[in-house]
Amino acid sequence: MNAEIRNWVEVGSIEDIPREGARCVKNGDMTIAVFRTAKDDVFALEDKCPHRNGPLSQGIVHDGCVTCPLHNWVISLETGAAQGADEGRTLAFPVRLEDGRVLIDLSYSHEAV
Amino acid sequence: MKKQKLVVVGAGMASGRMLEHLFETAAEAYDVTLFGAEPRGNYNRIMLSPVLAGEKTFDEIVTHDAGWYEQHGVTCRFGETVTAIDRERKTVRTSKGETVYDKLVIATGSAPFIIPVAGKELPGVRAFRDLDDVDAMVAAAGKPEAKAVVIGGGLLGLEAAAALRLRGMEVVVLHLMGHLMERQLDPAAGFLLQKELEGRGIKIHCKAQTKAILGEEKAEAVLLDDGTVYPADLVVMAVGIRPETRIATDAGLQVDRGILVDDQMRSSDPDILALGECVEHKKTCYGLVAPLYDMAKVAAKTLIGDEAAFRPVETATQLKVTGVTLYSAGDFAEGDDREEIVLRDASAGVYKRLVLKDNRILGAVLYGETSDGSWFFDHLKKGTDVSQMRETLIFGQAYQGGAPLDPTAAVAALPDDAEICGCNGVCKGKIVSTIREKGLTTLDGVRAHTKASNSCGTCTGLVEQLMQVTLGDAYNPAAVTPMCGCTPLGHDEVRRLIKSRHLKSIPAVMQELEWKTSGGCAKCRPALNYYLVSDWPDEYADDYQSRFINERVHANIQKDGTYSVVPRMWGGMTSSKELRAIADVVDKFSIPAVKCTGGQRIDMLGIRKEDLPAVWADLGKAGFVSGQAYAKGLRTVKTCVGSDWCRFGTQDSTGLGVKLEKFMWGSWTPAKLKMAVSGCPRNCAEATCKDIGIICVDSGYEIHFAGAAGLDIKGTEVLGLVKTEDEAIEHVAALTQMYREQGHYLERIYKWAKRIGYDEIRRQIMDDAPMRKAYFDRFVFSQKFAQVDPWSERVSGKDKHEFKPMAVVTREAAE
Repeated sequence: MNAEIRNWVEVGSIEDIPREGARCVKNGDMTIAVFRTAKDDVFALEDKCPHRNGPLSQGIVHDGCVTCPLHNWVISLETGAAQGADEGRTLAFPVRLEDGRVLIDLSYSHEAV
Repeated sequence: MKKQKLVVVGAGMASGRMLEHLFETAAEAYDVTLFGAEPRGNYNRIMLSPVLAGEKTFDEIVTHDAGWYEQHGVTCRFGETVTAIDRERKTVRTSKGETVYDKLVIATGSAPFIIPVAGKELPGVRAFRDLDDVDAMVAAAGKPEAKAVVIGGGLLGLEAAAALRLRGMEVVVLHLMGHLMERQLDPAAGFLLQKELEGRGIKIHCKAQTKAILGEEKAEAVLLDDGTVYPADLVVMAVGIRPETRIATDAGLQVDRGILVDDQMRSSDPDILALGECVEHKKTCYGLVAPLYDMAKVAAKTLIGDEAAFRPVETATQLKVTGVTLYSAGDFAEGDDREEIVLRDASAGVYKRLVLKDNRILGAVLYGETSDGSWFFDHLKKGTDVSQMRETLIFGQAYQGGAPLDPTAAVAALPDDAEICGCNGVCKGKIVSTIREKGLTTLDGVRAHTKASNSCGTCTGLVEQLMQVTLGDAYNPAAVTPMCGCTPLGHDEVRRLIKSRHLKSIPAVMQELEWKTSGGCAKCRPALNYYLVSDWPDEYADDYQSRFINERVHANIQKDGTYSVVPRMWGGMTSSKELRAIADVVDKFSIPAVKCTGGQRIDMLGIRKEDLPAVWADLGKAGFVSGQAYAKGLRTVKTCVGSDWCRFGTQDSTGLGVKLEKFMWGSWTPAKLKMAVSGCPRNCAEATCKDIGIICVDSGYEIHFAGAAGLDIKGTEVLGLVKTEDEAIEHVAALTQMYREQGHYLERIYKWAKRIGYDEIRRQIMDDAPMRKAYFDRFVFSQKFAQVDPWSERVSGKDKHEFKPMAVVTREAAE
């Protein structure tokens, strides 16, 4: 599989996701958390904190980041990188919005799998 | 010797201070009867503005409470107006009869001046003089889009305007003169002040001649001479005061503008003294607190036959509007023989002006930066020759030779006789020596012993710096810890402002309180959400996205991302039917672990999030509701079997536990709240390490609080003993409400109680029945909105999105 071949998959409408919240998308064995910010930007991360695999989709969304519900690591929604003194990175997926429809590029997940 | 009878008419700040001096020096000299027209004792009237703004409560500004009067044997006749004095028979008359005096003190203060225009009698027109006025204004501000017109742009009017604006009213200030506060400010400083207030959304109309107040049943608008009409639900008259002299005039005492007194505070009748705002001394009437307190000192001495004489001194004024710093002292009118030094920095909003005559400071006006106020004032009073430092004088103390001083060093450099607290006339030497003699380490201690910063409070910073100088590292000013990185404000500050500014949503809080981040963080958002739920139970729409996941989905997240579910078992009681339902649920959903909790109920662990609504549906059919085992709220009420079964049980502890849990479930609290009821002092329900516990005894119910058995271990404190179950429930709910209103988010009750003080909590909950009732009523009100079972709501479809994936990507789609 070549990373340059994009695989955009529609997962639903932006209205399905609560503002400053997240929904999950099941992709085989992997769960992807799809976040919507207060400004209606949408981001997708693997639903796994780099620390202890906490479900990031359950965290509090604020200022372009999500705080993991298990031990309060703060993860950037855009890059998946842990903020502050913590180190680690969660897989981030490119997201596109078309007329309110949310599309995620899943080619990355294949690479990871 | 038989005690003499002292009758005091007027229970305000001047007579209150006089009584303090009297009891200090000659506690046994008089039997004191104190009349007051207001139905309350002496409070710090200067601080009514912060009360109006919602920045302080009335309780915080009470100077003498019932305990103080009792301790000093004062017969209080509050709410009783003295209508006449019979000097022949030495009696005073009220509607309830006559009272005999040997010495009489008139301290009737002043009455607000009401401008004689049509409509001045209409309801909705208020003065700004006492607590009743404040209450009326607060009530008027509570109506949506309420409008206020304040007549008078002096100290009092502007404080009222700023406070009403903070309460959300549209405010217009009408001022007769060309600029605001013309008695204290020159036009330039008045203009800066006007700009500042306009920036806050207060409209200022100078040279405004009020013609009439319009309205039929109540005040509706104010009409000016120039034809301008300002709509108004509330009209505040703050144009000035006049000495209240009626009973003195009627009694034939010599009265001019005020009751005439000599240097000893004696009126024209040697057995009648007068002091405060109602008197005139050498052609002058006084309205500021410092000279009134000097009068109080003199009057107390005169009463016990000591020599003393009132010598008026210069006084300085400060405007008590949060965020506006303004200081003025002395005489600053222009004149041929006068010179002035002015410093302007318009962009920084700083203006300083000194008026000099013969190289001596005659007046000072400081706006925007006032820390040198007391230094200038000191030189003004002493008449210091400033020619040596004239070039740098306007820059203040820090520039007078040597390296610039930091504020603490500047205070250290002040001479011992420098006045720190203008209101109470307390100098530096007195504060320093009192700190040393009494071993004081807190600001409250210094206030209690010296009165410094105890009136208007503007010198608080100076007093703290002085404590720093005197105590060194031993003084730790309770530095405010910010809530989080998004704001410099602490939890208390934020809670207070939410109430006083009527902030009712998280965006409103962040906007008004100038949050540094656009959407807060995972620390402040849940805290704000709790404060808003707690303060506006009927109006605030709970923001679930600002709740921690457990409270958002009403289950406890576990380390593997599954959840645990704990249904309520009221007071730890259960039945075969309930246990059978739990067993069925465990089998049906293959729940991997079942455990008894420390709070006497059953925990099912390892449930997948998607299964939660179905699990709750099955549990709901058996009558279970959420146990809120995840909540910063009421958790469990643990009980023992009590008098139902136990041979030692004194009361029905199980029954009381069930009642408490049924009454209190669903309430949100700053941190989790665990309770217990034990049927006897053997304490099998372990009530003495709970947040709130009850120990049943033969004579009733001993209520405990502030225990801990987690990160910290701590036995409870005793709140008090009550006789009946109903009283126990009322006290517990009131205590919980007090904690709900004051606690910092995530602060357990034992930490809150330590911060507030156990005695203060006992005083409010055990001793002050009206206050307890008010807390209780607010708790009951908030429960109306809180007692909705979150599980059944979600079984019925609420927040469906939480429990279902948004999409399941199939192989084909992904390829």
